[in-house]
Amino acid sequence: MTNSAVRMTGVVKRFPGVIANDGVNFEVLKGEVHALLGENGAGKSTLSNILTGLYRPDEGSIDLDGTPVSFSSPKAALDAGIGMVHQHFRLVEPFTVAENVILGNPQTAFVIDTDSTVERVADLARRYDMAVDPNAKIWQLSVGEQQRVEILKVLYRGAGVLILDEPTAVLTPIEAEALFKTLRAMTAEGRTVIFISHKLDEVMSVSDRITVLRGGRTVGTVATRDTSTRELAGMMVGRSVEFSRATRRNPGDPGDVVLSLTDVSCEDDRGREALHGIDVTIGRGEIVGVAGVAGNGQRELAEVIAGMRTFTSGRILVGDKPLANGRARSAIADGVAHVPEDRLHTGLAAGHSVEDNIALKNYRTPLLSRFGMLKRNVITSQACDLVTRYDVKTPDTATPVRLLSGGNVQKVLLAREFSTKPKVLIAASPTRGLDVGAIETVRQRLVEAADDGVGILLICEDLEEIMSLADRIVVMYEGRLVADMPAVGATREQLGLLMGGATPETSQ
Amino acid sequence: MTPPSPVDEQVVDPHVSPSSRERSRFPRGLHSVVARLRLGMNRRSSLVVPPLALLSALIVGAVIVMLAGVGLGETLSAYRAMLDGSVGSVRAISETLTAATPLILAGLSVALAFRAGLFNIGGEGQMLIGGMFGVLIGFSLTGLPIFIHLPLAILAGCIGGALWGLIPGLLKARTGAHEVIVTIMLNFIALRLVDYGLKTSLFQREGRSDPISKNIEATAELPQLLGWLDSSLRVHLGLVVGLVAAGLIHWLLFRSTMGFEFRAVGANSTAARYAGMSISRAYILVMMLSGALAGLAGTGQVLGVLDRASPGFSAGIGFDGIAVALLGKSNPWGVVAAALLFGGLRAGGQEMQVSTGVGIDLIAVIQALIIIFVAAPAVIRALYRLKTTAEATRISRGWNS
Repeated sequence: MTNSAVRMTGVVKRFPGVIANDGVNFEVLKGEVHALLGENGAGKSTLSNILTGLYRPDEGSIDLDGTPVSFSSPKAALDAGIGMVHQHFRLVEPFTVAENVILGNPQTAFVIDTDSTVERVADLARRYDMAVDPNAKIWQLSVGEQQRVEILKVLYRGAGVLILDEPTAVLTPIEAEALFKTLRAMTAEGRTVIFISHKLDEVMSVSDRITVLRGGRTVGTVATRDTSTRELAGMMVGRSVEFSRATRRNPGDPGDVVLSLTDVSCEDDRGREALHGIDVTIGRGEIVGVAGVAGNGQRELAEVIAGMRTFTSGRILVGDKPLANGRARSAIADGVAHVPEDRLHTGLAAGHSVEDNIALKNYRTPLLSRFGMLKRNVITSQACDLVTRYDVKTPDTATPVRLLSGGNVQKVLLAREFSTKPKVLIAASPTRGLDVGAIETVRQRLVEAADDGVGILLICEDLEEIMSLADRIVVMYEGRLVADMPAVGATREQLGLLMGGATPETSQ
Repeated sequence: MTPPSPVDEQVVDPHVSPSSRERSRFPRGLHSVVARLRLGMNRRSSLVVPPLALLSALIVGAVIVMLAGVGLGETLSAYRAMLDGSVGSVRAISETLTAATPLILAGLSVALAFRAGLFNIGGEGQMLIGGMFGVLIGFSLTGLPIFIHLPLAILAGCIGGALWGLIPGLLKARTGAHEVIVTIMLNFIALRLVDYGLKTSLFQREGRSDPISKNIEATAELPQLLGWLDSSLRVHLGLVVGLVAAGLIHWLLFRSTMGFEFRAVGANSTAARYAGMSISRAYILVMMLSGALAGLAGTGQVLGVLDRASPGFSAGIGFDGIAVALLGKSNPWGVVAAALLFGGLRAGGQEMQVSTGVGIDLIAVIQALIIIFVAAPAVIRALYRLKTTAEATRISRGWNS
């Protein structure tokens, strides 16, 4: 037991309405790369936030090098030698690498000795094989280099335990290889690395041991050499349990295609390719589930179809009409409805009234306006009608959407999107953050829409939701569709493997 | 798992009464007044802030005056004179309305842009350019009847302001240049352009070497509204133009598809884009309209009050428009009310200076205090123990966007 670097026992962390960590046990040995594996929402981030002092656990204990510790702040954890490299960098862009490294370091004197700092940062970078110029400004660096600066920051502080949160999510494969080399150089010196990820192949190649979390609990810890991607996938998504498939009034007709994407590629906000030659079709009344871990191109896929993002190659047909590239207005006119994943930031204007939000897309149709004049009474009656039909709990239709509860916000959004009589509906995480009752309602609405002939692309991380609603399932991994299968007969293990990037051959 | 957002907890009953703990903090008399103000205003509470801001500003202003060595009695009589000078007589009211007229238009200009999420600081420049266009048509066309000449001059003023507003609008839409920086810079350019223009033979009055324009024709003058009563009552038709503009802007914002787009872009540009609206089109249009309103304010001054253009004839009204819009919560009728208040302060300040010797600078102090209190509603809410609502953060958040 002397070589235990970090031991967390029975850690419980509750948030209002959610238990994020429910008795997690987690032990990391000195000098190992220990992977923390789990789906989004499994409790990985909460656990690492507890370890770095951002949250205090409600129950449980933490031992560092065999001594019990309790961190009151991130600074306390850092002083104790635990450093975190966040997925979203915390760097000051106009500053140099060296300046960022010493930023907030209590050992920095009032007068900064730039030369010696630069020298020390350069030494540190050389020692761990990280190519980065200490005098470069952050904004000049690539994402991979910026990550190295984050690692240098932690190393410079003398951290013995480094936590890396999904470090490869932003890296190219070559940069990722370089990172793995750096990690091994660090563990060779006796430092400990906790590597948070959901990518199975990567975890298999970089770690010594792996702890899997699911639903806030520890599923188990295994030595990497004794396990397989298949076993990990099973641990990650859980054994299949019986779940009820939604009953359909009208089964879909995959032959009558309402949406087809042919070889569609696009770039993300940073200009990196986010979709690589996507081919997918949706038939009339068909629900196609897109499974995958967030950040593998799902958002871009939804935006491309909704006309909010231009595609760089390929073709999209709605019915048999080509979709205008990157024009939300024509996508809406062509019958594409879109329930975006961030309702209050994209889907609705939170400060506007319920009725204005319901009119947000069809205000320009002859129904609601003529010669540029709004028919306010029709807007109000349309809103009243939909509020009743969709059972939105609101004092009146003039209430700002911001004041409604999460489930009612989503109902307003669905009411609007369905009221346009769409051919295709893109629904991104439509039930995320809702309570059980609201989830049931939203799922029911989706099924009803499909029964009425709407082709639905259900983009969702929740496998159970996809498996209970979808007719067909496609899996996205790193901007590609890696599988396309009927939902009946698909297993969680199989999907988990594909979502983690295992090749279809190994999963057969 | 993300913890539930605070929005979930804000499903509030609009008629929550203040807790008894809060209530007990008030002296009896004040308590009932404030409690009444607070009654059922959870959603409308932002309307309560401006009057309380005015009250607070007057009190703090009085304290400042007394710190300068003026006695309480004299301070009160100064305020008395201010009241007389703003609403105490027909002449006072006329002066208040005259001062309020350009403030209404300049305030509408800022308010309209703000509704679309843009902060138009360029009212001064747009007023100057608009006024120059108006004055040019005002003196260069002769022999036209008033019902043709005056509308032409007013239209020219709108066009001038719109062109000056178009520049930041285009730059914002096409390059993302921040409208605050661009409009501030354009103010300086407009100021110097006017200085230059007034020295050219196109504008400069014959026989003068100082920068001053020719006088406008009588047919381009905005007629006095109360001239039949007394020819020295200055309030002019520009007031009606301002009120009509307020009505039109209200209609535009809340009854037209264009205004619907403006408000959507201002409230959440991502959602507006998602709904298929063109953000750049909205930016360009709204800056043109905003510029046109400021141009109208400048034109009203040259056609209704000054009869000519002189250097810096905008006199800071473009900047006061920002204050008026802020005080009026960017609502057209709120803007009218705020402009009347500021007009009253201005007219009353003159009277106060003349009859009591308390300087008109006090007016600037009071105006500034009002704006500080309105911009920091938390101060007012704390002073008067108002219940904080989600609404409270709205304007302060909005002005940053």
